[in-house]
Amino acid sequence: MFKPELVNTIVDAHQGPDGLLTILHAIQEEFGFISEDAMRQIALRLNITRAEVYGVVSFYHDYRTQPVGRHVLKLCRAEACQSMGGDTNAAALLARLGVDWGGTTADGRLTVEPVYCLGLCACAPSAMLDGALHARLDAAGLENLAQEAL
Amino acid sequence: MRIYIPCDAAAIATGADKIAAAITAEATRRGVNAHIIRNGSRGMFWLEPLVEIVTPQGRTGFGPMTVADVPGLFEAPATHPKAVGLVEEIPFFAKQQRLTFARCGVIDPLDLDDYTAHGGFAGLAHAIKLGPAGICAEVKESGLRGRGGAGFPTGIKWETVRTAPADQKYIVCNADEGDSGTFADRMMMEGDPFSLVEGMTIAGIATGATKGYVYIRSEYPHAIQTLNTVIARARQAKLLGADIMGSGYSFDMEVFVGAGAYVCGEETALLDSLEGKRGQVRAKPPIPALVGLFGKPTVINNAISLFTIPVILEKGAKHYADFGMGRSRGTMPVQIAGNVKHGGLFEVAFGITLGEIINDIAGGTATGRPVRAVQAGGPLGAYFPPHMFDTPYDYEAFTKRDGLIGHGGLVVYDDKVDMAKMARFAMEFCAHESCGKCTPCRIGSTRGMEVMDKIIAGQEPEKNIALVKDLCETMKFGSLCALGGFTPYPVLSAMTHFPEDFSKAAIKLAAE
Ligand SMILES: Cc1cc2nc3c(=O)[nH]c(=O)nc-3n(C[C@H](O)[C@H](O)[C@H](O)COP(=O)(O)O)c2cc1C
Ligand code: SF4
Ligand code: FES
Repeated sequence: MFKPELVNTIVDAHQGPDGLLTILHAIQEEFGFISEDAMRQIALRLNITRAEVYGVVSFYHDYRTQPVGRHVLKLCRAEACQSMGGDTNAAALLARLGVDWGGTTADGRLTVEPVYCLGLCACAPSAMLDGALHARLDAAGLENLAQEAL
Repeated sequence: MRIYIPCDAAAIATGADKIAAAITAEATRRGVNAHIIRNGSRGMFWLEPLVEIVTPQGRTGFGPMTVADVPGLFEAPATHPKAVGLVEEIPFFAKQQRLTFARCGVIDPLDLDDYTAHGGFAGLAHAIKLGPAGICAEVKESGLRGRGGAGFPTGIKWETVRTAPADQKYIVCNADEGDSGTFADRMMMEGDPFSLVEGMTIAGIATGATKGYVYIRSEYPHAIQTLNTVIARARQAKLLGADIMGSGYSFDMEVFVGAGAYVCGEETALLDSLEGKRGQVRAKPPIPALVGLFGKPTVINNAISLFTIPVILEKGAKHYADFGMGRSRGTMPVQIAGNVKHGGLFEVAFGITLGEIINDIAGGTATGRPVRAVQAGGPLGAYFPPHMFDTPYDYEAFTKRDGLIGHGGLVVYDDKVDMAKMARFAMEFCAHESCGKCTPCRIGSTRGMEVMDKIIAGQEPEKNIALVKDLCETMKFGSLCALGGFTPYPVLSAMTHFPEDFSKAAIKLAAE
């Protein structure tokens, strides 16, 4: 639920010329995504235009403008993980779940997002489930990981 | 019993926290007094989680550990199935020349005393004696070139900032580390983070900058947490703040977290991002050394460049410059990744050949199939076929072969790789990450992706291959930064060295 006072508190805690990205991180951490309402409230509080806030939100891949599932699985799509079959495994999982990149399962349990490198490239393929890292994920390993969230 | 279990993200991703819990439980059950230290990684990732037990002979290793392997550590360690002997005698480790990474995996990263006992802050003490001009001269003499990609001499950059008059200057550490196949910044931030505090403080004293930022990508939560912890500890110990070590110099620093944009690794885009804006590339000049963060003179260096400063100041410029070849002085932390048997971080003097690294050190592919290609230098770097493995690891030698050392990443592929698919991916990545400022990069990459799709589908391959080559030329010369300007290198190298993959579909169609 959107709470304007909470947005104000977050904005005020990160005052400074470089604050917007930090504010957006904190908003997303709190609400799971950055809603239209939140953007309007941030703009109001920082005395900048809504377009400026939206411009920043839309530029960075981390920021979501839609709510996500209960769990978020980020799969690495970059080269080192591809070299160990990460792309094939990811495609199979997406097909089985019936979602595309960024999509959420119909029951709202799991969102699958792409990520380009987690720095685990010598233990590829890798993934992050709700902030926890996993490496050396073969097809079965990835399936098990997804099952944890389903 | 003293036991080391890494807290490195890759070790954790392969189960290190579970091993640590199992060892604690097993020790309690047996009434053994186990002192567990969470170290960084040694960089031998095929062995992670690598547990080390301290013996009179040295630290003996066990890896890759599973929870089921834990009881054996307390029973018959000598004959344990995962025993790998003395860790520092493992050939992959013994063959390295560890200067930047000397402490990584050895010490407790959060322990200031352990850091100091292993030479920590000796470089800073020497730097204080040298003073700003002396430090810049020392760094110049070391021959250190930026490890972020462009290979620009660090000492010259510092000298420019030092002599720029301003009321405020900044040190910015670029820890955006977006290249696939690289993890050196991450390993050091997690394994020896105080040396970044030391390196940045030295940079501050050298240039007159009193404030530093570490721009870390959000994909590195462990590194962010570790660095925040050590910055607080350094501040508490008065190693950050006013009058550092009684020198009269002041310096402080903080962590800034990125938001998942590859282009923000480009220095001017990074500065805009730090200022809370969209991370778009700025035209140069002015250079950041003169007009940088908030318009002030700014040193922006890759994390590994800054991590290397303490050892240069501690052991002297000459000691560092004595390693290497030609104009590539010192050592490079080479990161071997992808489909590789012994993947990890290998710090070595410049001059070793690509083949020695891939075949001798890393032992070829993980799948046991022949090596077909190696992408060097991240997503903007060229693909090397095995017949070019005689290329020495040296900035100029790589450039001569249209290649890139970049941040030191190597991604290995076996013979199952489809190079047309990889060329398409290079275009897709560029389209996905383009900051949108120049048309050749923004539109060209999307077009490139579409044309690659046609080639893969076998549609008019000759015409379309020519079209991709044309597009690459336009991108090379019409792009403001290396994202658009260098994406052609992986694409063209794939076409040049693996032409069969680009006519495969055509051949298949013809045969039908
Ligand atoms: C698209 C792009 C991405 C880059 N990413 C990084 C990066 O992740 N880390 C880095 O240190 N340098 C990166 N660079 C290079 C920086 O622009 C810059 O050269 C470097 O930070 C300077 O530090 P150094 O002299 O210590 O290498 C990138 C450049 C481009 C064009
Ligand atoms: S080449 Fe691409 S990423 Fe670089 S400035 Fe131009 S549009 Fe931005
Ligand atoms: S490429 Fe997947 S973790 Fe680096």
